[in-house]
Amino acid sequence: MAERFDCIVVGAGPAGISCAFELAKGGASVLLLERGEYPGSKNVMGGVLYRKMMEDVIPGFYKEAPLERPIVEQRFMMMDKESAVTFGYKGMEWGQEPYNNFTVLRAKFDQWFASKAVEQGAILVNETVVTQCIVEEGRVVGVRTDRPDGDIYADVVVLADGVNSLLAKSLGFHKEYRPDEVALATMEVLKLDKKTIEERFNLEPNQGCTIELFGDATKGILGTGFLYTNKDTLSIGVGTLLSGLIKHKIKPYELLEYVKNHPMIRPYLHGSDQQEYLAHLIPEGGYKSMGRVVGNGVIVVGDAAQLVNAIHREGSNLAMTSGRIAAETILLAMEAEDFSEALLDRYRVKLMESFVGQDMKKYKDSTHHFDKFPQYFDQYIPMMNRAASQMFTVDGSSKWEKQKKIWKEVGTAREKIKIARDAYRAWRVMK
Amino acid sequence: MLHIVACIKQVPDTKIIKMNPKTNTMDRASAPAILNPYDEHAVEEAVRIRERYGGTVSVLTMGPPPAVKAIKKCIAIGADEGYMISDRKFAGADTLATSYALTKALEKISQIKPVDLVICGKMTIDGDTGQVGPGIARRLDIPPLTSVKKVEEVNKQDGYVIVHRKIEDGHEVIQSSLPCLLSVEKEINEVPYASFPNMLKATRYDPHIWSVDDLEDVDIKQLGLKGSPTIVAKVWAPPKPEGGKVLEGNPAEKVEQLISVLLERKELFEGRGRA
Repeated sequence: MAERFDCIVVGAGPAGISCAFELAKGGASVLLLERGEYPGSKNVMGGVLYRKMMEDVIPGFYKEAPLERPIVEQRFMMMDKESAVTFGYKGMEWGQEPYNNFTVLRAKFDQWFASKAVEQGAILVNETVVTQCIVEEGRVVGVRTDRPDGDIYADVVVLADGVNSLLAKSLGFHKEYRPDEVALATMEVLKLDKKTIEERFNLEPNQGCTIELFGDATKGILGTGFLYTNKDTLSIGVGTLLSGLIKHKIKPYELLEYVKNHPMIRPYLHGSDQQEYLAHLIPEGGYKSMGRVVGNGVIVVGDAAQLVNAIHREGSNLAMTSGRIAAETILLAMEAEDFSEALLDRYRVKLMESFVGQDMKKYKDSTHHFDKFPQYFDQYIPMMNRAASQMFTVDGSSKWEKQKKIWKEVGTAREKIKIARDAYRAWRVMK
Repeated sequence: MLHIVACIKQVPDTKIIKMNPKTNTMDRASAPAILNPYDEHAVEEAVRIRERYGGTVSVLTMGPPPAVKAIKKCIAIGADEGYMISDRKFAGADTLATSYALTKALEKISQIKPVDLVICGKMTIDGDTGQVGPGIARRLDIPPLTSVKKVEEVNKQDGYVIVHRKIEDGHEVIQSSLPCLLSVEKEINEVPYASFPNMLKATRYDPHIWSVDDLEDVDIKQLGLKGSPTIVAKVWAPPKPEGGKVLEGNPAEKVEQLISVLLERKELFEGRGRA
């Protein structure tokens, strides 16, 4: 006789672990299945973990979790081929409790987070792949794994199997994603002496810095690059829509090599050694690409539900919140002994009322917009760089003359109208 | 009923481990800890014998607390019970002290349930000595059968075992009395993908953990570093092959160069391949 659980959570990432944690804490019997050797072994993100949503699950987690550095400075670089316009914010309030966010290395962090769910009573089984949901009479009643005697049954199955969720797809919840709905991110972890990192990035010990890279970092393809400081490593990466890579016929690792050798970036990395190379897909289709997230006996959370805010490079926090709300709903369902879609739909309603749904809606057109109009990345950022160069180069001409020249370089009257229109459009999709 | 004990060890994965170039020692943090691959086959063989004749499979290891993971892996393969001896006093043991400590643990396990068969892997991939198995057999005063590649029969009632031992140009079939100790080759079996119920059992399993004080009649002087007469005089990495000639250019040019090099040095091949 196969074993039964109240709930099976498929995938031990931020969404799945949060969900398993809350369920176990609420007294449910939970099985958390992970295909990797351990939680985090197959999980990838640039590395920013947001404090608030993590604290909603484990208050004060930063006192014991394996974190890299609290971030005190966020910089943004608008890059051209041999220049960059940089702005940012650094504030000491981010360097102390309660903190804003942290850099993390997922292999370490996820393992720790999962151990907390296990402490609550969740059963974690690694190295096991769920091949399909077991559906009986229109209800998901369990999962089939790739192991002998691998059928397991539960009242609810939570799909936290990540981007491209094959399980949700096989239930008909979403279609195969188009190349303009997913981004491919590649990154490297580079070993660098702690002190050198602190000197190079103007940091005190236990302070971190993130730099987001736009424009030439992705050779003008829609996407971003990033450079984050960890304890004694740097994370550098670049992510672009798959459609952009296809259109420009460029391989992801070539793009990463390009960023690493960019004159604005290279000095930061000098003397570092490659420690790890990682790559992963990111669901960036946004609100319009979201499929169904609830069915009879099944809930979809995190990347599997396309919950990523590409504009603000947020994902893990949306994932955690969705996992937490899913768990709350399931505990309610257990009390009511009703695991129908009608009841579980409260998850979707609550999710859409939360910041997750609100932010997804706010930026629903942004990815499509910037993908459709590449000029923001491949024209306006270089233009911004030329203007800054013009304005700040002291060559004896007056500032009035310089302004005139910059204005002239922007283009003809018609082109200026086009830029104004693009600025308005960008504001519309971002507002 | 048969009681089979497999002795296992958690080792760093030497396929990917890095060496510290200064001290010439293994940088253990650079590689994940795994169950010694030979020991997987030892546990699997124990499980197969149990499936044929019934009985119990226990696993035994000596190691630091994280080695519980290796025991859990054995439970997933199909072992019934796991025993671990873990104590600072065991630290720094060579093969002599290790076999002593494991023997003491085996004596204690025998008190719970008499042991008929001890199975070890051929050797560990971090030490490569293959000494601990025979060392245990000597101390228990039971026959050691090394290089076992097939277990033909285990007969508890009549107290014998028949196995195939790998030898230089074939194998020999030998019979031994029980209890005895086998150390097994990799080719003895293939370890299948563990079943889901076994994975669940492994997840939930807590092994029996004993410190030195839990064992009986232990001579502290024979444990750990103190009990280890082995002296490592020198450790060095094998020299990397040097010399040779690297051909440059596109594939067509390289082939051309290779042919001319081979023709130039054809005397190297003359006479070869002839009867």
